[in-house]
Amino acid sequence: MLRFIVRRLLQLIPILLGLSVLLFAWLRALPGGPAQAALGERATPEAIAQYNELFGLDEPLYVQYFRFLGRAVQLDFGNSTQYGRPVTDVFLERFPGTIELTVLAMVFAIGVGIPLGYLAARRHGSFLDSASVIGSLIGVAIPVFFLAYLLRLLFAVELGWLPGSGRQDVRIDATRVTNFYVLDGLLTREWDAAWDALTHLVLPAIALGTIPLAIIVRITRASVLDVVNEDYVRTANAKGLAMATVRRRHIVRNALLPVSTTIGLQTGLLLSGAVLTETVFAFGGVGSTLYDAIRLRDFAVLQGFILMLAVVYVLVNLLVDISYGLLDPRVRVR
Amino acid sequence: MTALGDYKRERIDALAARAGQLPEGEAGLSLTRSAFRRLRRDPVAITGAVIVLVFLVVAAFAPLLAPKDPVTQYLLSEIRPGTIPGPQEGFPLGVDNLGRDLLSRLIYGSRQSLLIGVVSTVLGLVVGMALGVLAGAFGGWVDTAVMRFVDILLSIPGLLMAITISVLLGQNQYALMIAIAVVQVPIFARLLRGSMLAQRGSDYAVAARALGVKKGRIVFGHVLPNSLSPVIVQATLSLATAIIEAAALSYLGLGDPDIARPEWGAMLANAQDFLSIRPALAVWPALCIIVVALGFTLLGERLREALDPKFRR
Repeated sequence: MLRFIVRRLLQLIPILLGLSVLLFAWLRALPGGPAQAALGERATPEAIAQYNELFGLDEPLYVQYFRFLGRAVQLDFGNSTQYGRPVTDVFLERFPGTIELTVLAMVFAIGVGIPLGYLAARRHGSFLDSASVIGSLIGVAIPVFFLAYLLRLLFAVELGWLPGSGRQDVRIDATRVTNFYVLDGLLTREWDAAWDALTHLVLPAIALGTIPLAIIVRITRASVLDVVNEDYVRTANAKGLAMATVRRRHIVRNALLPVSTTIGLQTGLLLSGAVLTETVFAFGGVGSTLYDAIRLRDFAVLQGFILMLAVVYVLVNLLVDISYGLLDPRVRVR
Repeated sequence: MTALGDYKRERIDALAARAGQLPEGEAGLSLTRSAFRRLRRDPVAITGAVIVLVFLVVAAFAPLLAPKDPVTQYLLSEIRPGTIPGPQEGFPLGVDNLGRDLLSRLIYGSRQSLLIGVVSTVLGLVVGMALGVLAGAFGGWVDTAVMRFVDILLSIPGLLMAITISVLLGQNQYALMIAIAVVQVPIFARLLRGSMLAQRGSDYAVAARALGVKKGRIVFGHVLPNSLSPVIVQATLSLATAIIEAAALSYLGLGDPDIARPEWGAMLANAQDFLSIRPALAVWPALCIIVVALGFTLLGERLREALDPKFRR
């Protein structure tokens, strides 16, 4: 098992290197290059030349690349033009919000998706089955930001049940420890702050969780239907095991294998998919920050955030592979 | 399989049949034809196909079907802050916030949305397949190099990748298409390569090699055509994702700024600001996106089942 993990970690190196080359090339290829990006469109040629000299942009490309790489390894992506602060600081402040949102979205998707998919498969052909199949098809087809808007309009604006924007009520003077607002509230025993942050998460989490929910329902259903027809289930039934035991030990356990990979993959995707949802809810996580960076052409933020998010995505996928190896011994050998 | 004589084709068919790949009563029918046969009897697939066809027809004949010009502004005197005229004589679905006929914009919008979906998918398909064939046909270090590159592309979440490309290429419809296509490239490449590797070891490929068929002919004449079905399925499903993705990019302000070309995603994004005044402005384009995506998805899912020997019983 350890060898498997080490091998997977080593495989990360070329991927991360490749990624850094791509993003370096990307920033260089932007119209006008980094100097124009930093100084704006009306920068004089002299200013650009000065900027290039100041930041070593007149040196050979490979020198620049290695300097970029050296800084990137130390998580130094320069200053954000819109916040005037280091990109990494902004990221560390915003990312906890996105993690909270993603976790809650996945709790929603898994908590509803697996039971629903399982029930749909058990009552194969019933109304519940057809409804969940059709529902999951629509769940994938609906544009996320539209769904988010509908939820916000209905539950926040019209009914006023839940807050429709931000991460926490501005009137609450909460103590920040980790920047995970819910966790901070719990740690400092400011229960109202924790509760308020949690209510701010509900609507965006439902909007964000819809696509994974739809996918988890489909995969669980298909996978249970597959497993039910396996020989070992027939054997278990034939040897007279109680129905509940067969379901728990043989059907559910095996059926959840493919579901677990899907969950991992979706979690990774959500970390970035939050761009749309967070924008609608003005949530203040990495997603809405990225949106602002696109609008204001804040390239330092774009580059740093995308690279850091990609690293997180790769790491989440690695965790998924490792947990898959733990669940299914056959994977380790390959 | 035109390159081989009938005699050899029969031998290979027989081999395939004995391997249990062709079901009873369908021996002699090609994979595509038997799949088509099953699709025709499948109500879900027909539903998907009809939806897609209807939208294609609407897109093709948009100038004939649209009652009004999609960019001309009407009823301007009736548009005030807080009121946008609803359905009335001459405007079956009402007008948008700038007084343009909603129905006509939806009809013209189908052109742009489908065009973006089709062009970006075809682009992704072509490049992805080229990479996949390269890896799958040559194997060895070529395979390793190509697949490492593909893995890097796959390691960036799709939407982030699309945003990155859009920012790089600027705001126009071609940038949008390329951005969406780039996301699809690694998926097609991996899929085709995996499928080709699986086919390379199959009986008919071994048989062809034993008969002394040249390598290029085995790859392009046998392995490739037989590896295509998962790629075709993925392409159908990708059409749906591409249209949704285009809407998302429009919403993020990375869409096509040309007002002469209405597009559902941009219409939807624009309508969000008027959701509490006239929800229909958002609901109609959203509905179009959902229905078209559903059509492609239904068709793709059923195509997968029809082309997969596992489901042929």
